[in-house]
Amino acid sequence: MSFMKSLAELNAIREKAKSTMTVRDDNTELKRIVVGMATCGIAAGARPVLNAFVDEVARRKLDGVRVSQTGCIGMCQYEPIVEVFIPGEEKVTYVKMTADKVAKVVNDHIVNGNIVEEYTIGAIAK
Amino acid sequence: MYRAHVLVCGGTGCTSSNSLEIIKALESSIAEAGLAEEIKVIKTGCFGLCALGPIMIVYPEGCFYCQVKPEDVQEIVDEHLLKGRPVKRLIYKEGSNLEMAKSLNNTDFYKKQHRIALRNCGVIDPENINEYIAMDGYQALAKCLTEMTPADVIKVVKDSGLRGRGGGGFPTGLKWEFTAKNQADQKYVVCNADEGDPGAFMDRSVLEGDPHAIIEAMTICGYATGATEGYIYVRAEYPIAVKRLEIAIGQAKELGLLGKNIFDSGFDFDLHIRLGAGAFVCGEETALMTSIEGNRGEPRPRPPYPAVKGLFGKPTTENNVETFANIPQILLHGAEHFASMGTERSKGTKVFALGGKIKNTGLVEIPMGTTLREVIEDIGGGIPGGKKFKAAQTGGPSGGCIPASLIDTEIDYDNLTAIGCMMGSGGLIVMDEDNCMVDIAKFFLDFTVDESCGKCSPCRIGTKRMMELLEKITSGKGTLEDIDKLEELAYYIKQNSLCGLGQTAPNPVLATLKFFREEYIAHVVDKKCPAGVCKALLNYVIDPDKCRGCTMCAKVCPAGAISGTVKNPHTIDTSLCLKCGACMEKCKFNAISKK
Repeated sequence: MSFMKSLAELNAIREKAKSTMTVRDDNTELKRIVVGMATCGIAAGARPVLNAFVDEVARRKLDGVRVSQTGCIGMCQYEPIVEVFIPGEEKVTYVKMTADKVAKVVNDHIVNGNIVEEYTIGAIAK
Repeated sequence: MYRAHVLVCGGTGCTSSNSLEIIKALESSIAEAGLAEEIKVIKTGCFGLCALGPIMIVYPEGCFYCQVKPEDVQEIVDEHLLKGRPVKRLIYKEGSNLEMAKSLNNTDFYKKQHRIALRNCGVIDPENINEYIAMDGYQALAKCLTEMTPADVIKVVKDSGLRGRGGGGFPTGLKWEFTAKNQADQKYVVCNADEGDPGAFMDRSVLEGDPHAIIEAMTICGYATGATEGYIYVRAEYPIAVKRLEIAIGQAKELGLLGKNIFDSGFDFDLHIRLGAGAFVCGEETALMTSIEGNRGEPRPRPPYPAVKGLFGKPTTENNVETFANIPQILLHGAEHFASMGTERSKGTKVFALGGKIKNTGLVEIPMGTTLREVIEDIGGGIPGGKKFKAAQTGGPSGGCIPASLIDTEIDYDNLTAIGCMMGSGGLIVMDEDNCMVDIAKFFLDFTVDESCGKCSPCRIGTKRMMELLEKITSGKGTLEDIDKLEELAYYIKQNSLCGLGQTAPNPVLATLKFFREEYIAHVVDKKCPAGVCKALLNYVIDPDKCRGCTMCAKVCPAGAISGTVKNPHTIDTSLCLKCGACMEKCKFNAISKK
């Protein structure tokens, strides 16, 4: 490892290390993406969806977004289910998610605030 | 990118209740479940709530598990980490409804705390310099070396109002200035990590949980005072702290944060670790330096003070671990920010190691000016078993006690001194109605008699004589005159001892005499120990109304002191009784009591 010579180099290490520690942020004002990971969810392929969210959020270096998991949401036929909680807004439930759909949800909904209607329970359960 | 982090306490407290085994089990269960790429296990320093260890926190949920056993690990992995269902039976609960705490910061134990010195303890991996840097680590050092002159640094430390956390309470900035003013070819920085008070573990926890903070602060101190070398004097009984310090120093050297030309500023600084063999007197600054020099740890007269003639005869700044732990934060956020906390003459926060008769044994950091009541009742969770609070002992063998009548005292240097107590390094031992204050004084004096280095006679002989007087009193042979003699001797030793050890050794006796003189008098006049602790003054008696004559007590008595016939009240022959208490434990009818 090379010797640190400037504040800029120290800051570079700080930013890189910080991005790996966001998961430990205790802030309650976060946008939360919650993936159902009960047996039903896992069987339907929730794990790749969860990991795709984690990677996408990290890739875009999004601050204030937390990806976590929960148990069975109760509508097993629609798994993998993903719920998005944005402070001050109504919860949005996405169903039958796949890893391919993740980038769009993060881009449209989390970053730009536009709900991806076609993936929501309202669209798919019809 | 890991989707979850599992933090497990790797401090001394949790390690001794198997946290390392838990980490091992976690790692293997996680690997077995195929989650190794998704979940990271991190060994941290002390979280503070040692009574509930081993402690584990799972992020992103911030789920706070306590008293985890290695056999619980499989369930946590299967249920929580894999399926997202927190294991409810292990979650920390508090309050009368036993509500589950959602996160650590929401618990009563943490809410009233304010963590500066402990800010990274239990939060980061102390063996990973990158995590310290992520928490703004080494930013203060960079700021000092690239933007500030040594005089600027000293001014900020002076303006912050920081005072020595080792117990003395001397203004830190002033200490630095004294050293800076003395010209010499070599100066030193010394960190006093020879934490010797019984019941104190603040410094150990900082070193275990955040070693880089001490390295950064000592380097800053070196820059401010013109020293290029530093020594950390740490007890050999703290193997985890020593190991993490060694790792941290190695990492800092690798990144060029220690060594030559730090941050290209032309400033060099190097650090060494010295292990203490556990002599209490080596916590005294001059004895500590004598020990670093390779000599027998004995104090030397001051003046000359270390700032003039310290380690190896050169100007030296010596600070305690907790004092140093505050330094990077002060320089990063400014003197005003630090000075905004605390009371008029005691700024910032103080770390206490809570112990004794208290529910939440552990480590707490409170703003100066918090009352003792808040510390004991709100943060500490009160006294177990519904017993009554009697006194809190601070400052260990050099300190005094705060009686129940003064529980609303705001804790700071001057308030504690005013009531004849002292801040001390931070041990806070809570005592309830079952503690005998004479016995407590004897306990601490016994410690100083053992630890007196023997160099000066007031301390060597005087403490021994005081001990004999206390033994006489607790064995029921004391007179009122003995109490006066004890007091006179105590003042003499305070005034005539060479170093801090002897000058403070009589404090526990003087403080208990001040607040609990009636207990001393009960021992010599009534020949009774009101708390029922001093064995020689106790008699076990059987209440004939309650005794059913079951003969259990007579069977269990090892001395054959209990006699009586079946179904008739028994009696104890006090001349034969050994006062072991076995009969009292066995009696099903609560007929036996100590009087």
